[in-house]
Amino acid sequence: MKRKHKRLLAVLGLVAGLGVAVSLVLTAFNDNLVFFHSPSDVAEKRVATGKRFRIGGLVEEGSVKRNGLVTDFVVTDLSNSVAVRYTGMLPDLFREGQGVVANGQLGEDGRFVATEVLAKHDENYMPPEVAEALRKSGQWHEKPGDHANLKPGS
Amino acid sequence: MIPELGHIALILALTLALVQGVLPLIGAARGIVGWMAVAPMAAMGQALLVAFAFGCLTYAYVTSDFSVLNVAENSHRLKPMLYKVTGVWGNHEGSLLLWLLILTVFGAAVALFGRNLPETLKARVLGIQGLIGVGFLAFILFTSNPFQRLLPVPAEGRGLNPLLQDPGLAFHPPFLYLGYVGFSVAFSFAVAALIEGRVDPAWARWVRPWTLAAWCFLTVGIALGSWWAYYELGWGGWWFWDPVENASFMPWLAGTALVHTAIVVEKRDTLKSWTVLLAILTFSLSLLGTFLVRSGVINSVHAFATDPTRGVFILAFLCIVVGGSLALYAIRAPALQGVGVFAPLSREGALLLNNLLLAVATAAVLLGTLYPIALDALTGAKVSVGPQYFNTVFIPLMTPLLAALAIGPLLAWKRGDAAAALRHLAPAFVAVLVALGIGLWLLDGRSLLALLGLALGAWIGVGSLCEWGLRVKLFSAPWAESLRRARGLPRAAWGMTVAHLGVAMLVLGITVSTTWQVEVQQVMKTGETVSVGPVQFRLLGVAPVRGPNYTAQQARFEVLAGGRVIREMTPSQRRYQQPPMETTEAAIRPSPVADLYAVVGEGDATRGWAVRLYWKPMVSWIWLGALVMTFGGLLSLTDRRHRIGVPARRRLAPAAVE
Repeated sequence: MKRKHKRLLAVLGLVAGLGVAVSLVLTAFNDNLVFFHSPSDVAEKRVATGKRFRIGGLVEEGSVKRNGLVTDFVVTDLSNSVAVRYTGMLPDLFREGQGVVANGQLGEDGRFVATEVLAKHDENYMPPEVAEALRKSGQWHEKPGDHANLKPGS
Repeated sequence: MIPELGHIALILALTLALVQGVLPLIGAARGIVGWMAVAPMAAMGQALLVAFAFGCLTYAYVTSDFSVLNVAENSHRLKPMLYKVTGVWGNHEGSLLLWLLILTVFGAAVALFGRNLPETLKARVLGIQGLIGVGFLAFILFTSNPFQRLLPVPAEGRGLNPLLQDPGLAFHPPFLYLGYVGFSVAFSFAVAALIEGRVDPAWARWVRPWTLAAWCFLTVGIALGSWWAYYELGWGGWWFWDPVENASFMPWLAGTALVHTAIVVEKRDTLKSWTVLLAILTFSLSLLGTFLVRSGVINSVHAFATDPTRGVFILAFLCIVVGGSLALYAIRAPALQGVGVFAPLSREGALLLNNLLLAVATAAVLLGTLYPIALDALTGAKVSVGPQYFNTVFIPLMTPLLAALAIGPLLAWKRGDAAAALRHLAPAFVAVLVALGIGLWLLDGRSLLALLGLALGAWIGVGSLCEWGLRVKLFSAPWAESLRRARGLPRAAWGMTVAHLGVAMLVLGITVSTTWQVEVQQVMKTGETVSVGPVQFRLLGVAPVRGPNYTAQQARFEVLAGGRVIREMTPSQRRYQQPPMETTEAAIRPSPVADLYAVVGEGDATRGWAVRLYWKPMVSWIWLGALVMTFGGLLSLTDRRHRIGVPARRRLAPAAVE
């Protein structure tokens, strides 16, 4: 085969390989995008059931109930709240009145079943998405380090 | 007084960096020897000034000088001295100063060890290092000054976070930065070559040791970070495809590609423009990583600084550096034509495949890391890319690479004989079959991926040994001959074999620990026993314990294997007062065979305690593999041929007596 043809073949092979790689990447990408929603998004039916997503907000004071390895709590962005159930050990920084982000999906009964509860190693835990959601709900007044004043529904 | 001296040193360093960045480059273009000679002196001067500034900051930490804002925010009188010192870089401003220090030290090292570089090349390389230094010095002086004063002086510092008082975390940044910043030298060499319009094998011989050194450090840095996450976060995980982890992993992938492609430039004078581009991209990824971590744009377990002005500054710097160098590349690259031709099936071909796959992998990781940020910036939608994406993409890309790993070194340059190579790999084929056999027997059909991992691990491991065996004519020549050959093998060859064995260990460690790990999460009462894989954990009791600055609930476990007690493990939940926080201290019994991992959670005597217990086979092989890889890289570094131009100490023949 002439050198020119060999090179053409090589280039075509490369392009084909690259095409396969790119389609693999994009498919995997689409399947694994996880959106973040606030409890208000959930309440206003902007979220599909059965699809995995992240929910974040504050852990409502007095809502945490532990039963062995199963913990029930309520996530709120001060306008709306969603009940969450998680089976397993919670991260250290999980606390009432603190921010939390949970990964999972919405069950038929409207309760969010979490497969993962996320924490960050900072005692002033407030992930940007949660802060954003709280600000959107219009109920949150930013006071750095002063979480005792945050009460839902006021 | 001392912090002010440090501050002045930084300002002086900035002026010196400007001089270093401008004069040598003009001098090299115009042929003004005096201006070119400024470069090495300026580089060394800059390193001394920045080292002095770093020393001043360290002094402020060691003496707990809380009139310095940085020290007040990040240190505390009661911190142990080791952590006071490591705390210097455990914050944004200090870590940037460390970055700068390493940058200038590398520049000075090039000045010192590069005495045999051609004058123009040396001037240009140091000039570009100087320009990068200007950028960072400006960033530090204008937005992140570590020497800012705080008045009135507080009585006590605020930085006693127990999580940061940890050896793994303390040493992870220096190694990481030595890696990241080390790639700046490759970058400077690449841009200098573009300006010169010439890349020759000698250039590659100079670039490779610096890149290899940076790569070794980065490997250790990433391994340290991963190991820290494993023992500290309490979930037994060691890699989360977290954006900050990816920020360090991408330069590593690109750096690995660069280390391999530089060999081709050196030996065969081809693939030159690709190598130059790769050098530019690797450092750009380092800078990107710095930007991602420090601008507050990422939300992750490790995000640090969150000041938008800093983010904007780094972004601008990134655009100038990357944009400028890529533009230069576009203009000058056509002049870098190589003369070497090679068949697709050859060692060059294999190395090219290596690079291609690593490049695509890097691009895929980059996509997953940047997409959420880009989407947020464009539409405000908050999205995250699950770890499954990265695994789904990375594994199929790495598989052909790992398969080729054993074959590549056996192919000849220019035109390789695949059949001969595969014949030499016969023992490796056998090893693969054995591994598959063991895997199938242990798995009962559970996971194809596990079989793949085992097969690849065996293939690479035995394949590397086959290649080594071929070089020393093992079994085909008398033992003495083989031994002689082994002793005479260039260090670079040893380095390659060792590094590739490290890869095999890593692959096996990941495969075995992920597939056969046993995790048990349940509530246990005192006296109960639970089976975790081949061992049993018996809870003896949970009792309060008092530490130097914390109180804890400590569980005592007895671990039994075959009825005999092999170990006692004491995980605990600690509560610190200052600052108030709770941490989980996992109890780990590491071993090359399997790690035992125990975590205790909430509970009480009546209801029982929530516990998480793991049996993790061969998980230490992951970090051991990384260390072996690094060792291989270091071996390669000590190869004789990297000390080019150093006159051999010749024993002069005694003068003939007249």
